[in-house]
Amino acid sequence: MLVVFFVMPFGIMVAVSFFRRQQGGFYTPDFVFSNYERFLTPFFGGVLGFSLMLAGLVAVVCVVLGFPFTFLLSRLHRRTQIVWLVALLSVLSLSEVIIGFAWSTLFSRTAGITNLLVAAGLMAEPVALLPGFGAVLTGMVYQALPYTILVLYPALARLDPTLLEAARTLGASPARAFLNVVVPALRDTILATVIMVFVFALGSYLLPQILGRPQHWTLSVLITDQAIYQSNMPFAAAMAVFLVLVSLSLVGLTLLIGRREAAA
Amino acid sequence: MTGRILRRAYLALIALFLAGPLIVVAGVSVNAKKTLLFPPQGFSLSWYGDIFTEPDWRGALVASLVLAALAAALAVAIALPLAWFLWRRVAPWARVFQLLGVAPFLLPPVITALGFLSFWATAGLYGQPWTAVISHAIFFVTLPLVTLSLGFAAVDRSLVEAAATMGADDRTVFRTIVVPLILPYLVSGYAFAFVLSLNEYIVAYMTVGFTMETLPIKIFNALRYGYTPTMASVTVLFVAMAAVVFGLVARFGDLPKLLGAWSAEEH
Amino acid sequence: MSGLVLESITKRFGSFVAVDDVAMSVPQGTFVCMLGPSGCGKTTLLRMIAGLEEPSAGRIVIDGEDVTGVPTHKRDFGMVFQSLALFPHLDVAGNIAYPLRIRGRSRTEQRARVDELLTLVQLPGLGDRQAANLSGGQRQRVAIARALALAPRLFLLDEPLSALDAKLREAMQVELRQLQQKLGITTIVVTHDQREAMTMADLVVVMGEGRIRQTAPPIEVYRNPADAFVADFIGSTNLLAVEADSAGRAIVAGAPVPDLAMPAGVTRAVMSIRPEDVHLTGPADATIRGRVTFVRDLGGTIETYVDMAGTAITAVATPRERPAVTVGDDVGIVLPAENCVVLAS
Repeated sequence: MLVVFFVMPFGIMVAVSFFRRQQGGFYTPDFVFSNYERFLTPFFGGVLGFSLMLAGLVAVVCVVLGFPFTFLLSRLHRRTQIVWLVALLSVLSLSEVIIGFAWSTLFSRTAGITNLLVAAGLMAEPVALLPGFGAVLTGMVYQALPYTILVLYPALARLDPTLLEAARTLGASPARAFLNVVVPALRDTILATVIMVFVFALGSYLLPQILGRPQHWTLSVLITDQAIYQSNMPFAAAMAVFLVLVSLSLVGLTLLIGRREAAA
Repeated sequence: MTGRILRRAYLALIALFLAGPLIVVAGVSVNAKKTLLFPPQGFSLSWYGDIFTEPDWRGALVASLVLAALAAALAVAIALPLAWFLWRRVAPWARVFQLLGVAPFLLPPVITALGFLSFWATAGLYGQPWTAVISHAIFFVTLPLVTLSLGFAAVDRSLVEAAATMGADDRTVFRTIVVPLILPYLVSGYAFAFVLSLNEYIVAYMTVGFTMETLPIKIFNALRYGYTPTMASVTVLFVAMAAVVFGLVARFGDLPKLLGAWSAEEH
Repeated sequence: MSGLVLESITKRFGSFVAVDDVAMSVPQGTFVCMLGPSGCGKTTLLRMIAGLEEPSAGRIVIDGEDVTGVPTHKRDFGMVFQSLALFPHLDVAGNIAYPLRIRGRSRTEQRARVDELLTLVQLPGLGDRQAANLSGGQRQRVAIARALALAPRLFLLDEPLSALDAKLREAMQVELRQLQQKLGITTIVVTHDQREAMTMADLVVVMGEGRIRQTAPPIEVYRNPADAFVADFIGSTNLLAVEADSAGRAIVAGAPVPDLAMPAGVTRAVMSIRPEDVHLTGPADATIRGRVTFVRDLGGTIETYVDMAGTAITAVATPRERPAVTVGDDVGIVLPAENCVVLAS
């Protein structure tokens, strides 16, 4: 029974990778390298570089914002924690479409934050905050932050409270203790989280498109674009394979860090 | 204590950041006219009504609910035997299955969506509504798998042995001892998968986007082709639904534990 | 031939031998205690009898029937686990009735039997309580009642009283024994507490390092330990090196022990004598002499530690026989021959 249930998903995965190798899908079931050759163009190189840089930036920002937050969260009363967790899960469940819609509204000229600021008298007139790099960054950080927090949560919730207490008795202020004790103690967790958020951010297929200009488009956007609008399945598949390899190697890295941490 | 104020302020700031867009969207959703304005001019709940009265929005709503309900059920149905198997046989090669179960979630959704697209297209089944159910189920199987693994881990093995000494064979043990004990985890796994399926866009789009519209797909299309505050009201509805479901899970189960903390008694 | 018979039972985990060629014959209605330090294989042996582990070699025969290959749920016995393993999702009655319920017995039959058992273990009327709301002793009894629900022919208990506090444990030992006598059921208890074994058992099986060292009634094991291991494990004892002199007398710490002869052909051995059998007198009144190194006055008993030319010996006496000695005194040590057991170490 189990075998049947497992052939299905497994089969799909295998079949999928099979297809990509063949550059099949919709068009000529041919075995060409031309799709992969396109990787070597400066255009693609630019997109790749930008995607990596953006994902990295998002990961760092999220962890920098999220780590202190998760730490504070884990120190709250259990009841309050539950309220926060429900809220975080609710935000996490939002699809990229909805987040894209919400932020595009928020950044728009007619229905956004600037309207609020104008109404409050802090600004002269409303302004469209998108499209732009800042908009893309904000949207992606918004998408990745709940994920970051929930990934950090187990480690911080299980953190030994006596570590901090010991630091306090030795004369460290709470902020000092946090920086000198908690952060180094969870160094591996932080690194692993940065990597996981990086992989997560790489998968943003809509936000760069809605909130940014074409120069802000990432690899995932291209994949979606090629697969659906340009009907160029093989190229999309090739890019996807590439993305998978990058993701898998990063995930593998995370596991290695985890193993090292467990052994320590 | 400046420390306390700083802490509160930080939490409040993050809260504002997270809630901000939702507040704006909520505001837009009650705008009187069919434009997106914030702060809203006039007040109208008609856009919420539209979800249920306008045929295409209602159709999309029904499609989403049915898809989510079936996909979550299938995900649980796949995850349960797997988790049970992993718990019974603590074998090293069983880890492979564990990894396989978690895999769909680790990769960017685009990839998975594309993978399913290729698969169904080649199988000649592209576009059938039930392919979305299977795709979603496999994509989300990680969630019930994780909650069930936690549930099984919490079951004292000596209970199974005791039942055996009293004459229960494997199936009876499963039916009378294991299932009652992991039921809360089963339910929460279903709840997670349900909510995420409801909101999910890209996999649904790539598998059945041309034949069937779920609400996220409809919102996206509306984004491109015509704004209407109904989009906003749907968003608010979704968030509210998610909050309710997760709230229920929290009410009847141990949410922090499900997410990785110690249980209340352990610490 | 009724009762339990184990033939050449061996259990290997990889290269580690947990149970080494164990043979045992338990007559119907006997109360057996398997006693030994942790890691000696007693729990593994019990689990093999229960079918929860498979022996690497050997046979298990219950009432003439070879059950070695029979799965656990088909063997007819009741078991109490160390953790009690009460089902948290069922109340007391649900737990006790479980074996009946899964066999499809009627509700009325279940209820009647539950009431009967609750009365037997002295917990009448507690059927609808949750296991978590019971005291340790009450949970213990529920576990016992549940194991006996189908009146099995074999009753197995794995360190059943280890989770209870000392006073309760002592009381339960007596109760368990009385229950067994009343029902006449063949019972095997695994424990590391020798007081428990002495209180409850008809037969004590002392195990060490996977092998049976001695099988005998409790007082036999105490008085006549089979070897140094048993002597040391049961109660406390003095283990003294003893040699034979040219005349075949036993020499301890350089001096002969009056009236004690070494077994024929044995020149060196180990001798066991219980501290309560060691008497202290004035230095001139005994052949063996020593010096007091420590006195421990516990109120009910006094322990005196004496050094005899490099060998330590402990004497225990009640206050009435209080030897008037302090640290540093020279004393004479009397080792009555009838209390000395020369052992094959």
